[in-house]
Amino acid sequence: MTLGDATKVVQALLHSGKEYVCVMKLHKDVGIEQIKKVLGEFEDNIYQRPPLRASVKRQLRTRRIYYSDLLETDGRKVLFRTGCEGGTYIRKLCFDIGEVLGCGAHMQELRRTRAGPFVEAGSVILHDAAYWFMMWQEKNDETFLRRFIQPMERALDMIPKVHVRDSAVDALCHGASLTAPGVLSFESSVKAGLMIAVLTLKDEAVCLSRAVVDGNQVLNMEHGFVATTERVLMPRGTYPKRWKSGSRKNE
Amino acid sequence: MPRTAAPWEVKHELLVKAEDETDPRFGCKPEERSAEELIKYGVINVDKPAGPSSHEVAAWVKRILKQEHVGHGGTLEAKA
Repeated sequence: MTLGDATKVVQALLHSGKEYVCVMKLHKDVGIEQIKKVLGEFEDNIYQRPPLRASVKRQLRTRRIYYSDLLETDGRKVLFRTGCEGGTYIRKLCFDIGEVLGCGAHMQELRRTRAGPFVEAGSVILHDAAYWFMMWQEKNDETFLRRFIQPMERALDMIPKVHVRDSAVDALCHGASLTAPGVLSFESSVKAGLMIAVLTLKDEAVCLSRAVVDGNQVLNMEHGFVATTERVLMPRGTYPKRWKSGSRKNE
Repeated sequence: MPRTAAPWEVKHELLVKAEDETDPRFGCKPEERSAEELIKYGVINVDKPAGPSSHEVAAWVKRILKQEHVGHGGTLEAKA
């Protein structure tokens, strides 16, 4: 869940990798080795057409299955854990596994155990959240809030990051593109066309941007665009304005 | 098929282009935000039980935390 102004970071989570634990029901008896083999065959780029009841356009698309590990079987029920690209339909995956096995199968139960950097182990139940929120109000002790609320920057953990100078921050907050002189450091995983997170030296999120060059090019760039701003996360005026309209940047 | 690394298994390499300092008078480290700011720029990793929809859970969080805007990071299915 994202709170207040942090709702804008869901952009970074929607397309992030996911992990699920799934119960698949086979329609005939199949040996364990056969199931393992077919699960392994699906650890690849797979084609999926979104189901009838889907919130996206129903056109064939590819999704990556990073891994599918068999956990347990109970008769025709198969429990497995799968890591996949965001937007993979597990119900479709189960159906397709059933087709390849030749017996038919459907998804019986599904639980998401990871969305990008957020894992099941670090999750909180609502009862605890409600209790801790009340304790914070009563005792005025912020540690209760920090037990269950994490800074929005956590959601950006897995997308490539660029750190920028203080002097570049306010321009970015006004929607300007990121240019080479403002860049201090970046991760090698920055690729043209990919979403990146722009951070200050204090590690605060400034904005989500779309890289227009690859990371290895940035190192030798003296000027020019590095990324276009897509979602501004920091309020304007947090850092002082260091640019003038109609003339080149001061620094 | 050789197993490919999931995004959470990939290590990112940091490359430094230039050095600079940040002015402590502006902004603040995420972990040093005030309670109000923490809530305003916060995320909660909710263990959602089967049954209620993500939208319902978002509405509950909104009520519990007395927030105007609460969003969620995607549903499992249209009906989930």
